[in-house]
Amino acid sequence: MAEHIIESIFRFLPEIALTITLIAAIVADLILKERNRNVAWVVLAGLVVTGALVLGQAGWNVSIFSDTVAVDPFAVFFKAVLLIAGLFIVLFSVKSRELDHNSTRIGEYYMLITGVIFGMFLMVGATNLLLMYLAFELTSISSYVLAGFTKTLRKSAEASMKYIIFGSVSSGFLIYGISLLIGVTGAVDIYGIREALMDGVEQTAALYLAVIMIILGFSYKITAVPFHFWAPDVYQGAPVTITTFLATASKVAGFAMMIRFFRVAFVDSGTLTTPGFEGIAAVMPWNVVIAVMAALTMLIANLMALWQENIKRLLAYSSIGHAGFILMGLALLSDEGISAMMIYLAIYLFMNMGAFFVVMLVADKIDTEQISDYEGLGQRAPFLSVAMTIFMVALAGFPPTAGFIAKVYIFGATISAGWIWLVAVAGLATIISLFYYIRVVRNMFLVDPSDETSGPLTFDRSSVAILILLLIPVLFLGVYFTPIVTWAKNAVTMFGV
Amino acid sequence: MEFTIFGIGILTWIVFLPIVGMLIVLLIPNEQKNAMRWTAAAVTGIQLVLAVVLLGLFDREALGINDPGSFQFVEQFEWIIVEAVPWVGKIEIMYFLGIDGLSVLMVLLTALISVIGVISSWTIQEKVKGYFALYLLLVTGMMGVFVALDFFLFFIFWEVMLLPMYFLIGIWGGPRREYAAIKFFVYTFLGGVLMLLVMLALYFSVAYTNDAGDQVHTFNLLHMMNSANFVEGSILYGMDTTWRYVAWIALFISFAIKVPLFPFHTWLPDAHVEAPTPISVILAGVLLKLGTYGMLRIMYPILPDGTVYFMYLMAVLGMISIIYGALCAMAQDDFKKLIAYSSISHMGIVMLGMASLTNQGTVGAVLQMFNHGTITAMLFLIVGVLYDRTHKRGVYDFGGIANQMPKYTGIAMVAMFAALGLPGLSGFVSELFSFLGAFDAYKWITIISVIGIVLTAAYILWTVQRVFLGELDDKHKTLTDLTGREMLMFIPLVIIVIFLGVYPGPAIEFMNASLSHLVEFVNVAGR
Repeated sequence: MAEHIIESIFRFLPEIALTITLIAAIVADLILKERNRNVAWVVLAGLVVTGALVLGQAGWNVSIFSDTVAVDPFAVFFKAVLLIAGLFIVLFSVKSRELDHNSTRIGEYYMLITGVIFGMFLMVGATNLLLMYLAFELTSISSYVLAGFTKTLRKSAEASMKYIIFGSVSSGFLIYGISLLIGVTGAVDIYGIREALMDGVEQTAALYLAVIMIILGFSYKITAVPFHFWAPDVYQGAPVTITTFLATASKVAGFAMMIRFFRVAFVDSGTLTTPGFEGIAAVMPWNVVIAVMAALTMLIANLMALWQENIKRLLAYSSIGHAGFILMGLALLSDEGISAMMIYLAIYLFMNMGAFFVVMLVADKIDTEQISDYEGLGQRAPFLSVAMTIFMVALAGFPPTAGFIAKVYIFGATISAGWIWLVAVAGLATIISLFYYIRVVRNMFLVDPSDETSGPLTFDRSSVAILILLLIPVLFLGVYFTPIVTWAKNAVTMFGV
Repeated sequence: MEFTIFGIGILTWIVFLPIVGMLIVLLIPNEQKNAMRWTAAAVTGIQLVLAVVLLGLFDREALGINDPGSFQFVEQFEWIIVEAVPWVGKIEIMYFLGIDGLSVLMVLLTALISVIGVISSWTIQEKVKGYFALYLLLVTGMMGVFVALDFFLFFIFWEVMLLPMYFLIGIWGGPRREYAAIKFFVYTFLGGVLMLLVMLALYFSVAYTNDAGDQVHTFNLLHMMNSANFVEGSILYGMDTTWRYVAWIALFISFAIKVPLFPFHTWLPDAHVEAPTPISVILAGVLLKLGTYGMLRIMYPILPDGTVYFMYLMAVLGMISIIYGALCAMAQDDFKKLIAYSSISHMGIVMLGMASLTNQGTVGAVLQMFNHGTITAMLFLIVGVLYDRTHKRGVYDFGGIANQMPKYTGIAMVAMFAALGLPGLSGFVSELFSFLGAFDAYKWITIISVIGIVLTAAYILWTVQRVFLGELDDKHKTLTDLTGREMLMFIPLVIIVIFLGVYPGPAIEFMNASLSHLVEFVNVAGR
């Protein structure tokens, strides 16, 4: 046993590195005192080291700590994606002026970010229901604090409060579902649950209830209908950096956990044959629930987005809509669908972060989040506006941007699995989405700046550099997507399936 | 047939030169507007030279269409290759360019209209850099569509055109430019999404066996045309299935929007009226042809069963477009809107000719695509000349222009009468062929359609009378005749219109082999 634990620890190095980073951030915060902005660089270094350790895990397919955490290509893929998100968020935070509202505690801010990333790492790897729940709560609670970080701003405090209330309710659903599931199956890890389900479960009503509860719990984390209500309010109120974090990393981790949970526990590996898998879904059609959820999410979010005046709310609805597109992949019961989800999530990360970064830069410069204030931005800040246009059309799914590739794969997988009605809904949602994305572009380029606001805006080189760093993958992966596709296809492998 | 410059194929040059030009334009400082103009002119000029070279080297006997061996100037490289994993086979997307008799004239037309568009753009004064950068991007998209033989590549070029067009109308357009731009955008985007879905369905339905013996899914259009490559049990497998019809309809709508065919035409008058002159020229001259080209290149040979099944539908929609377009044109006061509606009418003739599935009708249709491109481009330029001078374009605002601007009037007459279908000018030949072909297939539809010709004559003559004849208004006595720059953009078009009217043989020879092969293939495969 002891040997097993020691061996496990060596397979847990990225998480340990994150923990050390977290402690280092606290210590640095104490030592640096006035210059606590520099904690960012400590965290950045920690994340880079973690990244190197994650890359060292490439190709592993093991389970550690007595089947509580899996270290497999699937987890490594998501850890890498999360780290990229984390790195960019730290860079954003360094550039952000909004965070100055609470500058004395900025050290804690970076510490909390590290904590959230740690929780997300556990989320993507956890195979034990209890650890899953703990990881889920770890990220949630740290996120509540982060959402209210600029607490002197009323909207931020409000966002945090709403977030806590919604978060607690959905986490209640999740724990309720988990308890039922444990009770019904008598197992706490997802492998045991699968065995129990394959042997047959007598209390089907309880099982149904458990699955519905768990789906609802997840739907909060990935902002899918019906638990998406919190997202626009929280996204609008939280500091932009944290909004970005919630819209990207948090969602990615939620999806990773959800995929693993269903893929392992609710799919019968005995009957698993390529290209599709059915098994347990035949008894308990959870995937139909997911499909309906995906369809509703796409439609509702994209329709709601049409009426938004605040760019952060607009992007919030857009990100809910994207959750709907991504969710389609899970309903398909195919590895093709899951790999398409992974491709989508990775690409979504870059384009969404890019859009939020532009929002942040603009808000720091002219102190506005209203879409109407973007009028004439094309003349005042041409490069920024062109970048924003690229992110917008990428989110809308235009070639030759990466957003198109994401859509191609998720649509393709859906068609390939025969879900034509679902893909038709997705097509409709895509067309609707065009209207609000293009509205931002329209304001920037088709309207001339009004007199009182005109005058060119300049941005420092490092901000432009970050923007370019985000543009490169969005454009490059649009014309040459072999790397991401190959990686995602090989990373579908999960331990125990 | 191959032709390379510095080791890079001529088609790649033709397609991507404008992108190079775009980058150069972006690097030129804002003040040097002339440098930007000359860059755009040089790039499109070289493109035109290359297109003429292409025409000279083109082998007119080669079939093309679905025969990979007889495409010309082929460039085929692996672009996206994802190796197989246990649950999904190898994925292959090719950078695959090539031309045949169907596309060769379209390439020439695109290059020609692009140059003329640049010359016409010389008067654009605002935001010149952005204008020419977007213009050149648009040219790449158009050219790419005509030479791409891989559906994925085709689709990317197809969508790349959208955004530049949106900006070109939306920023440099008339008073209602925003409305027109978004309307154009939404319509075409809708078509794009439909096409994307069909493209993906085709992709998953088609797999060919490569040299190594693996089943490979592909976007290669030529593989999709081979019905033996459809995987059994896949969604589009078989012939005359419901899903194939659904796919046909989706594809048809996505192309019909571009044509535009009644009832998908409503974006066109708005876009044309609001767009600046050069963009109207591009729109009418090239963009509309993409719709009918797409049908012939993709829809006809890949879904021949649907094409045969729905041929009456196409013919009827063509007929309605002819009559409806002509009637609307007659009712217009706005010169530009009048020509926009005449475009709908003339593209209806293309549709009718194509729908006949006869050799004659199809040749007529493709020739009409080319002729309409040159004639309508001229008509929009003619409106533009008047608009530049007076900032008016109502047909009742003028009168007696003939005496004041004789050169201008002479050229306008050539264009007007060519649009009317006067024998001796190019429009006559292609319309005649289209109707003759259509008559073989549908007697009554064609007879009704021919009424459109009468209506066309009516509105054209009436317009000539209102604008060019009659008494000259005092305030128009200061109007100057065409400048050298303006002559430069008209003369090549006039020459082509007259030449093809007198001697259409060469143009027909270019396309005949390919088109008769296409018609035969569709008729055999579809019935």
